[in-house]
Amino acid sequence: MSELLEVKDLSVSFDTPQGEAQAVRDVSFSLKSGEVLAVVGESGCGKSVLCKTVMKLLPPSAKIKSGSILVNGTDIIGYQERDMCKLRGKLFSMVFQDPMASLNPSIPVGKQVAEAVKIHQKGLSKKEIYKRAEELMRLTGIACPEEHMKWYPHQFSGGMRQRTVMAIALAGNPKIVFADEPTTALDVAVQAQILDMFKKLQKKLGMAVVFVTHDLGVAARIADRIAVMYAGKIVETGTAEEIFYDARHPYTLGLLRSLPMYAEPKGELYTIPGMPPSPLSLPKGDAFACRNEYALKIDYEEEPPMFCISDTHYAATWLLDKRAPKLPAPYR
Amino acid sequence: MKDEILLDVQKLSHKFFPARKMEVKAVDEVSFQIRRGEIFGLVGESGSGKSTIAHCIMNIYQPSGGKIIFYTGNCQERRGFFNKKDMAVQEANSIDVCDPKEFRRHRRMLLAKRQIIFQDSSSSLNPRKKIREIIAEPMKIQHIAPVRGSLCAEAEYWLNQAGLDGSVLEQYPSELSGGQRQRVAIARALAMKPELLVADEPIASLDVSVQAQIMNLFLQLQKEHGFSFLFIAHDLLAVKFLCDRVGVLWRGKLVETAPSKELFENPCHPYTKTLAASIPVPHFRLRQEGDVW
Ligand SMILES: Nc1ncnc2c1ncn2[C@@H]1O[C@H](COP(=O)(O)OP(=O)(O)OP(=O)(O)O)[C@@H](O)[C@H]1O
Ligand SMILES: Nc1ncnc2c1ncn2[C@@H]1O[C@H](COP(=O)(O)OP(=O)(O)OP(=O)(O)O)[C@@H](O)[C@H]1O
Ligand SMILES: [Mg+2]
Ligand SMILES: [Mg+2]
Repeated sequence: MSELLEVKDLSVSFDTPQGEAQAVRDVSFSLKSGEVLAVVGESGCGKSVLCKTVMKLLPPSAKIKSGSILVNGTDIIGYQERDMCKLRGKLFSMVFQDPMASLNPSIPVGKQVAEAVKIHQKGLSKKEIYKRAEELMRLTGIACPEEHMKWYPHQFSGGMRQRTVMAIALAGNPKIVFADEPTTALDVAVQAQILDMFKKLQKKLGMAVVFVTHDLGVAARIADRIAVMYAGKIVETGTAEEIFYDARHPYTLGLLRSLPMYAEPKGELYTIPGMPPSPLSLPKGDAFACRNEYALKIDYEEEPPMFCISDTHYAATWLLDKRAPKLPAPYR
Repeated sequence: MKDEILLDVQKLSHKFFPARKMEVKAVDEVSFQIRRGEIFGLVGESGSGKSTIAHCIMNIYQPSGGKIIFYTGNCQERRGFFNKKDMAVQEANSIDVCDPKEFRRHRRMLLAKRQIIFQDSSSSLNPRKKIREIIAEPMKIQHIAPVRGSLCAEAEYWLNQAGLDGSVLEQYPSELSGGQRQRVAIARALAMKPELLVADEPIASLDVSVQAQIMNLFLQLQKEHGFSFLFIAHDLLAVKFLCDRVGVLWRGKLVETAPSKELFENPCHPYTKTLAASIPVPHFRLRQEGDVW
């Protein structure tokens, strides 16, 4: 199958008064149509910046330092705003992390969804537009959309807002959706609903989804493949099974271990020691080294390459090198 | 100590009128108590009225019915907050925050002793202020003497506690990631050392590792300083881990309140039963030492 989206060696930095912030470093991934890729990783590791880079929605202080973004084989890295406008919404769209910030507080919700429909589907009558908007809102699980359309964003609960933002993103029948934490404010039941909806749509329309989440449970449920990001880099990628049953990177293992389901009530939860490095001052060598209890000397010297574990499973840690000492499971 | 009540919510109701001739009963005669040094969890499906209750407790909405009584600490502790004129008030050690008159009289004290972390907390940070100012401002307004020397040191300390390093102090909210902004909001609330912290989905937008760190921090503050929390969440695992007691909200009504262990082991209301059944069971397992595969 051909690749719908192929990102190669992408690096993005921000100019700040404190210096250069390397938010995304050498990221490569690909996406087939109809596929769901989950991007997981700690807060601040560059997930949102990665999505915004592909959509070209970065603030002026950001600079794409290198890399290419191929959409159906065409490189869009040099596209200007005018060309991008034609792609956004139709080819790809984004569900933003902060629902309140992407809704206009002074316009009724239904009208905002209708606007999005109008932009992407020219030639519809007003009635048809509103009908489609209502349909989208029902699709994303908003009860009584005909009534709720007239409401303003502040009258919605957190979860309803999040679903509205999703309806707007789906208005143009995009080929790729970047969903940035679309289910964080939702309870388990609705979350399951939304994930099922994504799956359905994605089958029906052949839509591909880049699903940003920090919740490994959600990732397990929805994703075909998972990419684990750390300090701007993808450190491990594989099918959902490979990540959950056969994780190799100590960071991925740390994430799995900190799930509350493994802890006693009122006990202490496992946390990965230390903090992720600031993108302003990345250490030499492997950025995870100082938090890795199994760090090797070489981790402080040189960045590990991607080691191949299987056709689909790769991880960047020196522990996989032939020369590395044998460690007890699960740190083999 | 643990049996002393801090917040008593009595038959709280709140209605909205989003359109003409339309009435939404978002909260319907809800009663519960939070004791001193207790973490009280509030769970319920989306739209069940959790945030509305939080807003009522913080005097952001004026409820359409019921009482919310806040019991203040002992007299010595309170002295600093009152000027002479208010001496008489000291006698009363309970305040009905729903009564506008009483609220106005105790406004300052209430603002210092109750803090909220909003569900959409990113939009509660002033985009034109640096993180340092955002955290220091409420302390400055309330004349809280910084224990760590300066307000800036105080800000850095609480940022560290929330898992951020000092390099964000000079940045603006727009330069941070979603989860980093959320932690700024957490640091801002904790820096005030509130007696009651209302946390509306405080960790939903954080990754597991930071979530764990924040939950450990909450437990530590509960133990060391006797903070009380109203912890609103939809993540039942987190609630089970963190909370002493839990209330289950369903369509604006509180259908069950119980110690959290009991609630999850022995749910009574049908909605609670479905909730307890929907707790994700670990269907993947970490490799253990000695595993062959
Ligand atoms: N406009 C900006 N100027 C400077 N630095 C920025 C800017 N936007 C983002 N960053 C930095 O880039 C890094 C990556 O941010 P990003 O928003 O992609 O994180 P994230 O992985 O989405 O995290 P979260 O899960 O918290 O949303 C962060 O460390 C952040 O501080
Ligand atoms: N300002 C308002 N005007 C009208 N209706 C409102 C207003 N604020 C909230 N509501 C309605 O009240 C109900 C409860 O909302 P609330 O925000 O308390 O829910 P919630 O339990 O916090 O849900 P979530 O988990 O999705 O955040 C919802 O049906 C919502 O639409
Ligand atoms: Mg983000
Ligand atoms: Mg809410």
